Amino acid sequence: MIQRRQLELWVGVFVAAGLLALAMLAFRVGNLAAGAVTNGYRVEAEFNDIGGLKVRAPVTLAGVRIGRVSSISIDPSNYEAVVTMELDGRYNNIPVDTSASILTAGLLGEQYIGLDPGGSSQYLKNGGRIQVTQSALVLEKIISQFLFNVASKPGAEKKQ
Amino acid sequence: MNSLRRLGQYVLDSVEGLGRASLFFLEVASGARKLIRRFDLVVQQVFAVGVLTLLIILVSGLFVGMVLGLQGYNTLSKFGAADSLGLLVALSLVRELGPVVTALLFAGRAGSALTAEIGLMKATEQLAGMEMMAVNPIERVIAPRLVAGIISMPLLAALFSAIGVLGGQLVGVGLLGVDSGAFWSQMQSGVSFHEDVLNGVIKSLVFGVVVTWIAVFQGYESVPTSEGVSRATNRTVVYSSLAVLALDFVMTALMFK
Repeated sequence: MIQRRQLELWVGVFVAAGLLALAMLAFRVGNLAAGAVTNGYRVEAEFNDIGGLKVRAPVTLAGVRIGRVSSISIDPSNYEAVVTMELDGRYNNIPVDTSASILTAGLLGEQYIGLDPGGSSQYLKNGGRIQVTQSALVLEKIISQFLFNVASKPGAEKKQ
Repeated sequence: MNSLRRLGQYVLDSVEGLGRASLFFLEVASGARKLIRRFDLVVQQVFAVGVLTLLIILVSGLFVGMVLGLQGYNTLSKFGAADSLGLLVALSLVRELGPVVTALLFAGRAGSALTAEIGLMKATEQLAGMEMMAVNPIERVIAPRLVAGIISMPLLAALFSAIGVLGGQLVGVGLLGVDSGAFWSQMQSGVSFHEDVLNGVIKSLVFGVVVTWIAVFQGYESVPTSEGVSRATNRTVVYSSLAVLALDFVMTALMFK
């Protein structure tokens, strides 16, 4: 029969190891650490078309991740998509005339918001709004535009 | 005519068994409330069902992770997506293989042991002896085992997944030359804590309840002979494996849309 103290020690080791594994799954494997924004602030931007942008998508500045999309809704007055982003509080000197565009990582990858800083000396504050936006490029629209252009060329008609 | 009657008898027996199992579960659950004062009983059982299952879980987790690394690399490299190997290994482990394989191994290692132990207690009239001494065997014997199983299963599943990811990294980064940074960063951007990790934990909690419940019920209901105990042990492993696989399908369909 195993000693009582030793048994309790083993159970303690087991439970601690299990919780440690769970913590590893949460922080090392999962995105719990990456998703947290410390003392962040929120800014809004309106887009004509957000494409496949999703909540929790990254917001980057010069390619560096500085926040994430916290909510997406529709503005009922002009039918535009309102994207609310939560930006890291460390980057609180982003000019008000910054432009936001929806970009795609790779050809078919995830969509994210890229910020392009302007030259104003006034900075975006909590609840501020980014005025200049560029909508997502929707692949089907580009392809149909391309096909339309090809078909309307005079050379194409002659061949038919 | 006779076969119809046998079918009816079989159905009635199954329904009756389910009913008895449910009543038994309620009885154990109400007995478990008194365990707060006797938590040492639970600790003892966590040792028996959790710590003693640790080795098989860790070794299988490591090898499952390594195999996932090998197979995933072979397929992904055809599409030039070998960098996503970490994501593939982590998602398969956290969502499915971790909870399910742990539950199957748990049923084979700890569930069968629980059934055999309780069945033998019944066969040697220890349970009846307890009742004679005004000790409720459900509170003293069954409830600590059920609670210990429910505590152990999520911890074992988490350990399985964690060591599996490490095994996948060992093969993918160490052996096959996937970039270590891409391996982890793809994993972190693709695995969501709330949707993947937490749902895996919920799955393993459910499996913990079901497997331990089947094990203690089969032990408690076993025919008190050596043959009866062996058949009960057999049924524990078969029923809990089937229940785990069926429940896994249902939960996956509900969780990951």
